[in-house]
Amino acid sequence: MDNLIQLTINDIPVAVPPGTTILEAARAVQVRIPTLCYHPDLLAWAACGICVVREARSPKLLRACCTEAAPGMQITTHDPEIVKIRQTVLELILSTHPNDCLQCPRNGNCELQKIAADFGIRDVPFESRVMPLPRDESTKSVVLNPEKCIKCGRCALVCQQMQGVWALEFLGRGERTRIAPAADVTLEESPCIKCGQCSAHCPVGAIYEYDEVPKVWDALKDPKKYCVAQIAPAVRVAIGEAFGKAPGTLLTGQTYAALRRLGFRAVFDTNFAADVTIIEEASEFVERFARHTGPLPLITSCCPAWTDYMEKRAPDFIDNFSSAKSPHEMLGVLAKTYYAEKLGIDPRDIVMVSVMPCTAKKYEITRSEEMSASGHQDIDVVLTTRELARMIKVAGIDFLNLPPGEADSILGTYSGAGTIFGATGGVMEAALRTAYNFVTGEDLRDVNLRQVRGMEGVREAEIDIRGTKVRIAVAHQMGNVEQVLEAIRADRKAGREPRYHFIEVMACRGGCIGGGGQPQGATDEVRKARTAGIYTDDERCAVRCSHRNPDLIKLYADFLGQPLGEKAHRLLHNHYHKKKAYAR
Amino acid sequence: MSTTTEPTGAPKLTDELLAFIAEWKSRPGSLIMVLHRVQQTFGYIPRAVAFEVAELLDVPLAKIYGVITFYNFFKLKKPGRNQIQVCLGTACYLRGGEDIVHAVEKQLGVGLNAITPDGEFSFEAVRCLGCCGLAPVMTINGKVYGKLETGQLPAILAKYRQV
Repeated sequence: MDNLIQLTINDIPVAVPPGTTILEAARAVQVRIPTLCYHPDLLAWAACGICVVREARSPKLLRACCTEAAPGMQITTHDPEIVKIRQTVLELILSTHPNDCLQCPRNGNCELQKIAADFGIRDVPFESRVMPLPRDESTKSVVLNPEKCIKCGRCALVCQQMQGVWALEFLGRGERTRIAPAADVTLEESPCIKCGQCSAHCPVGAIYEYDEVPKVWDALKDPKKYCVAQIAPAVRVAIGEAFGKAPGTLLTGQTYAALRRLGFRAVFDTNFAADVTIIEEASEFVERFARHTGPLPLITSCCPAWTDYMEKRAPDFIDNFSSAKSPHEMLGVLAKTYYAEKLGIDPRDIVMVSVMPCTAKKYEITRSEEMSASGHQDIDVVLTTRELARMIKVAGIDFLNLPPGEADSILGTYSGAGTIFGATGGVMEAALRTAYNFVTGEDLRDVNLRQVRGMEGVREAEIDIRGTKVRIAVAHQMGNVEQVLEAIRADRKAGREPRYHFIEVMACRGGCIGGGGQPQGATDEVRKARTAGIYTDDERCAVRCSHRNPDLIKLYADFLGQPLGEKAHRLLHNHYHKKKAYAR
Repeated sequence: MSTTTEPTGAPKLTDELLAFIAEWKSRPGSLIMVLHRVQQTFGYIPRAVAFEVAELLDVPLAKIYGVITFYNFFKLKKPGRNQIQVCLGTACYLRGGEDIVHAVEKQLGVGLNAITPDGEFSFEAVRCLGCCGLAPVMTINGKVYGKLETGQLPAILAKYRQV
């Protein structure tokens, strides 16, 4: 107790550890100081000034988000003058913000709208000064609408500090400040990796997912089309948030049922294809590890934001990448070949819709010709979790009370290994469960490899496969990957054996459960709850290892042949190429 | 970072600038120093050079653009052969600085912060040149014209055109 800092907040005594901000100290005694630019993922940037508070001995107001509590502080968080100042700040922000809330993609979950409502703003006494600026839809993944930007800085901080991408920066100054890529390029021509973390952190409608809901309605209305949906592992633990459920609530059955009610003729689960990915990737790993057929470490490639980053920023690792496609792409090609053949459907009529926690998946589906391995574009449309939630609402489906449905067979059954793809460390754990079997011919006695789970940015572990040590690393949140790559580069330079044999990388914090297409408002608390939901799903699965999935065994026996075989290679694998970070 | 695809003949870092960067690279504040030197050399920050500086200093290009768009001092476009600055500081403003701006605009046929199509003149307004006693003031290529009257402008500008 000695080193706690004693202070008062609105005359309420509070003791906090050193380094605690006034904002956090206030929350500890149930005092909510309003914030707008502040986000717990980011270093406080103190851009907006909404959180100002008074300290008895300070001549000026302090920003609670970035001022550390000090001994003896006497803080007042709310008095008429402070409230008036906050209101003026809000009115000034609103005077430069377009007044079209009803048509805004964030209508109903905008942080500015909410705070304006809380303050009871009824009138803006300042002249409206909205800078006309063009929208950037070039990535077809995220849309940048700088007119709506309130200059809170979250997107730039996320892009630079968390992700290490540096696609976005503040350009200009004063009221002409705008968020944009450097050197007059579009986002598509910039180092942007389409992870969408900017859109997940934006408090307003300035950055959001590229909306493809109308495209899906059109396909569903067309009687000639055979619409097929699949859902990614991370969707099931987050979609409930859009309907008021707690993060991590498992709604797999309800999501299947809702997709059927929307008119999809078949509903598959990306988890099935995650199992297929594991068979291919674990085979690749065992080939390289035991038979030295390719360079180590093997690096996972199911995250399209990460592969885009690597092609632009770390092309010296192209040969280390697993050539296995990401699960939803595998499911797409299998639906338009294997499934279409079985049911006698013309693959031309199939419209494959992937529901993903991710904006980069929208980019992935046309990233190379290999994404049309079936002879048609394997995935036609990617919807984010947010877009599916909107479709369910507009269709009048009472989502939370739906009787749970089932996925369709042959591409719908999944193992627990498939579902944990949604969390950081999950692909590694799933691959090791199967690699262990491929090497030893037996299954792990305890399939729970807890040493690869967790939220640390980079985690290392050594897994014993009957006397052979496999050294692995798991990295998530793009900005954390550079240290892992640097370590491998140092090993290469020194001519040493690489310190890791197998590396998993996910661009988003927490893995796909924290994806850029998930319901807004993710913090570490939310991410932990979603992750817990994923591991609950794993534990509830009768089959925990990909190679034990009965539909998958049938798929290889009836259609694919051997893992890494000729057919598997043609349909399920792809290649990567060096790209410029700036296209021009 | 990749290099640019500007056509060949686009400005490139000179040997002198390369040596300067090598000298400053590891010191704090090097970015601003280097950008100053680049502007001194080219009169502006050429896009291709910004890419080169990003690579050599290992600084994200976005950061460089954040800096050069924040400070008015840095120019992103090649300035005219002659650079006109009209002062709109308090004293000059009160003594008719705005009239000078309008008259120069009329003479050049282009507005503030523009370059004439023939590349002869670029024209900007500035805040205080530090000689308020001479208000209103204009400079061309650093030469000061004080107690200026709009009637003098055609003759002054003609002198530079002829050069």
